[in-house]
Amino acid sequence: MRLRLVRRDTASRMAMIAAPVAALVLSCLASLILFALLGKPAGAALYALLLKPFLTWYSFSEVLLKMTPLLLIAQGLAIGFRANVFNIGAEGQFIIGAICASALPVWYPDGAVPMMLPAMIVAGALGGMAYALIAAVLRTRFGASEILVTLMMSLIAVQILNYLLLGPWKDPRGFNFPQSVMFPGNALLPILLPGTRTTIAFAFALIASALAYLMMQHHFRGYQLRTAGLAPRAAGYAGFNAPGMVLLSLALGGLAAGLAGASEVAGPLGQLQRSVSSGYGYAAIIVAYLGGLNPIGIVASSFLISVIYIGGDSATVSAALPVAAVEVFQGFLLVFYLLTFTSIRYRIEVASPQGSGAR
Amino acid sequence: MTSQAPALLRLSGVSKRYGAVQANSGIDLAVLAGSIHAVLGENGAGKSTLMKMIYGVEQPDEGQILWNGAQVQMTRPSDAQALGIGMVFQHFSLFETLSVVQNVALMVPGKQADLAAKIKVLGEQFGLTVDPGAMVHRLSVGERQRVEIIRCLLLEPKLLILDEPTSVLPPQSVRLLFATLRSLQEKGMAILFISHKLDEIRELCDEATVLRGGRVTGRVDPRQHSAADLAKLMIGHEMPKLDAAKTRAAGEVCLSISGLSHRPKTRFGTALQSINLDLRAGQIVGIAGISGNGQQELAALISGEALSERAEMITLMGQKVGRMGPAQRRALGFAFVPEERLGRGAVPEMSLADNSLLTAHRLGMLRGGFIRRAAERAFTKDCIAEFDVRTPGPEAEAGAMSGGNLQKFIIGREIMLNPKVMLVSQPTWGVDVGAAAAIRRRLLQLRDQGAALLVISEELEELFEICDILHVLRAGQLSAPLQAANTTAQDIGAHMIGAQA
Amino acid sequence: MSALEFLLAGTLAAALPLLLAALGEMVVERTGVLNLGLEGMMALGAVIAFICVYHSGSHILGFAVAALVSAAFAMIFAGLVLGVRANEVAAGLAIGVLGLGLSALFGKTYESQTIKGLPDFGLPLLSNIPVIGPTLLTQDLVVWLTIIGTVVLWYVLNKTKLGLIITAVGENSVAARAIGYPVVAIRCAAVAFGGAMCGLAGAYAATVYTPLWADGMIAGRGWIALALVVFGTWQTGRVAFGAVLFGLLSIGQLSVQAMGVALPSQLLSSLPYLATILMLVVISRRRMSLG
Repeated sequence: MRLRLVRRDTASRMAMIAAPVAALVLSCLASLILFALLGKPAGAALYALLLKPFLTWYSFSEVLLKMTPLLLIAQGLAIGFRANVFNIGAEGQFIIGAICASALPVWYPDGAVPMMLPAMIVAGALGGMAYALIAAVLRTRFGASEILVTLMMSLIAVQILNYLLLGPWKDPRGFNFPQSVMFPGNALLPILLPGTRTTIAFAFALIASALAYLMMQHHFRGYQLRTAGLAPRAAGYAGFNAPGMVLLSLALGGLAAGLAGASEVAGPLGQLQRSVSSGYGYAAIIVAYLGGLNPIGIVASSFLISVIYIGGDSATVSAALPVAAVEVFQGFLLVFYLLTFTSIRYRIEVASPQGSGAR
Repeated sequence: MTSQAPALLRLSGVSKRYGAVQANSGIDLAVLAGSIHAVLGENGAGKSTLMKMIYGVEQPDEGQILWNGAQVQMTRPSDAQALGIGMVFQHFSLFETLSVVQNVALMVPGKQADLAAKIKVLGEQFGLTVDPGAMVHRLSVGERQRVEIIRCLLLEPKLLILDEPTSVLPPQSVRLLFATLRSLQEKGMAILFISHKLDEIRELCDEATVLRGGRVTGRVDPRQHSAADLAKLMIGHEMPKLDAAKTRAAGEVCLSISGLSHRPKTRFGTALQSINLDLRAGQIVGIAGISGNGQQELAALISGEALSERAEMITLMGQKVGRMGPAQRRALGFAFVPEERLGRGAVPEMSLADNSLLTAHRLGMLRGGFIRRAAERAFTKDCIAEFDVRTPGPEAEAGAMSGGNLQKFIIGREIMLNPKVMLVSQPTWGVDVGAAAAIRRRLLQLRDQGAALLVISEELEELFEICDILHVLRAGQLSAPLQAANTTAQDIGAHMIGAQA
Repeated sequence: MSALEFLLAGTLAAALPLLLAALGEMVVERTGVLNLGLEGMMALGAVIAFICVYHSGSHILGFAVAALVSAAFAMIFAGLVLGVRANEVAAGLAIGVLGLGLSALFGKTYESQTIKGLPDFGLPLLSNIPVIGPTLLTQDLVVWLTIIGTVVLWYVLNKTKLGLIITAVGENSVAARAIGYPVVAIRCAAVAFGGAMCGLAGAYAATVYTPLWADGMIAGRGWIALALVVFGTWQTGRVAFGAVLFGLLSIGQLSVQAMGVALPSQLLSSLPYLATILMLVVISRRRMSLG
């Protein structure tokens, strides 16, 4: 007996929804088994991971807070992924965005700067963009792989952050902790939902999603990017500017990541810290793929991943799970998503053995 | 023909389907030892699928394959090789970064030094001389075919399959190949010769099985039948005839190439050497020659996908465009139908409507950069209707269409741009006879409307049918213009092998 | 110990995880597959080896199990890419994330535990040579085995039919399939080999080079190994040269810090990454201009 994959004639809309749902179910099963093998209370862990975040208004608002940077970054990354530009260094662009946004409040901790907050947001977004553009230029000018360059740039960004927080930007009254001064009030984003920590950056992220949707699905620029990803030679044939699309992809990815970084220091953190990112840049890659690289899908997937983050926090307490469990669950999600998505795109056909078909 | 000894290879009731497409259905075929047997059929008739099953690349859904009278199951090519079946592919299965002897060693057991000696001996015996130490990417297409044949012969096959072997050869080299095949036949080898070229089959083969639409439509002795008879079996009706191209008074020069030289981007490419060409309005100029002699490079340089060294090397509508990209050239009234449809002329994963957008977006399909879906659909519907594209509608994915239908769509899209200059590369590769005739008629119509057309093609008959002027591209060099009316196929062939007086 | 002696003694050991992982990935890429999940496979190999050695005390067992587990783990990638034809980049990142997560999960209870490393020994006679004898020519067993292994790999890839087949599959998989080679199986085997090499690389990092477990100890070495393959233009010798160069750089950075040079340590820590970017630019640019 031989199996073979047969591509379906049309990609059904159902597949876009069915694949992530199936991936979620499979990830839960795999995690249950794994946690049980490690002697952890598996049921309690999953309960904490997936359901607890919905039980109180506050924990739900924390989900939205977590969702903000993930959604922003993932929307930016997905644009590039669609065009086969693999920016996997959003982590670094996020950190540089956070640093650039922190410069003003660190230099003027009394807040004596007009338009402090808007300036910080702009500085963060532009900083992230400029950092990503380094990789774009190296790719378009020299052909250096943006995958490796953006990644190396992320590792360097961490060192820059460490340098600043251990040296010039360390809070002199911070008991030698590697963190900056607390930002003044006019350097903080307004709260969106009263009684929570969710800032108006969440609204930015939703607006960015809407813009991404308009561009990718209805604007010619998005069409060009999609063409470049699906069939680079067709894009060349039509005369779409290939270096321009690499630059645009990385610029938008860096811009979104930088904005997310700025929103984080001017939002829930209120200062620049060493753990400013906690892996958002990498998690956003998973978010982007899990959302099918589709702006609407990404809203859903960023929500799901945020639930798992917040659930993971409570699982560390209630089910004695290490924080790494969240990472494992995310890994499972992406693996199973890739499995189910392609399986839905193709049908598996059993080729009947030779000679048996004398019907 | 009913001998008592079992046929060397016999297929009985073999069927194969891919998804919704029934590629082969109930095929019966018998190849006798020592015969040259033709499988004749036009593109899409199911020849390739049949050969893949005989060579173990694919397995039949139904039916049996018998080798010397015994049923066999081949699940991979090595099974076929073990039985004594060798195959020479149309698009060669050689490795360009390796040497000839390394390519051979991948298939034939033995030390490379011994193999090199054997390659030389076989080469002299059958007129297949090739240097065993040469790197494959340096070889001409004809030499590559020899390597491929030698590699098969070293496995001492009883049956040798050749898939469209003459499509890559100039007429004179076809003679040499036929001589080689006849001497192999004398040694007792059976040959399965796949082709759609009627005259060649009538000249070479003892028997022919004709396929149409995946079924056998005839079993004949090709020497006893006229080309017209065979054509009728092959396509089901008489060959479509084009009205003889009436040459018109040519207008002004629309595209001019002067002293165009180009170094290849990769070591597998062909260098172009000071090419000169003038193309006038109301004229079709053809470029003959075997693909791989600089055709791809020249087409990319004219379309703007590759840039020339200096702007003045290519002039389009009076402007020096050598350093301009494709979009700027299109804005001057240029259109282009590339040889690869999927992935270059069209995006396989996108709908036809979205594929219209690829080059026709200038025709009012955008407003403020946003896509006007209604305009996109209307254009696509027009193109489908006007150019007889058989498809469920504008939402169908390009990748799901047959080669001929997709080509009609792409040519239709480019013609609907109202180009002043159009470059068409291999207009009818892999297209069935009916669609090919329709495509040629469209090209003539466009010429009659005053456009200038440049057609690059391997099909000599096609070029003679539609062109006013012919050039031959060989090893990166373009011949002087030849008036089509005063030129014969033999003249062109002489240019193709570089033996012109 | 002088700075020079420090460099001579430490470079090869520092280069080893990079070398093993890069050679494995080189074979994978030569068959035409790109696996970005090196970091995760190395981390998984590292924690598995550490746990084995911690409980059994046997380095042989640790290395063997790490190689097997990482190879099996790489089969997830193979299944996604070669089986259901998922996007290569996404699949590589997926197993990268999963591997890092699993390593942190499994290693949780071993955090900051230490084990015994492997003794160094010199080559007979040669280790009596002054300066390089007790330093460069005194290494642990794994270093010596890896040097032999690298030569063997070079021979297999360049002088044997297996090497020819690997090149053929990578250059033109359609043709390789047409003449009868099981392309998917060959690529699967290469991915498994790449996984096993990453497992060994991780095992060396966690049980010999720094015999202790700490989350995140692979610290980007998987990515540098990936860049080394590009740097080495898929040639065994050049990849090995690149790995040694990077080993030298990371040891050099330590000794510079030890000497108390007035440079921020973060700048020195960034050097390998900066060097990787620089090297990518130089190599890619040369490839571009050669065309």
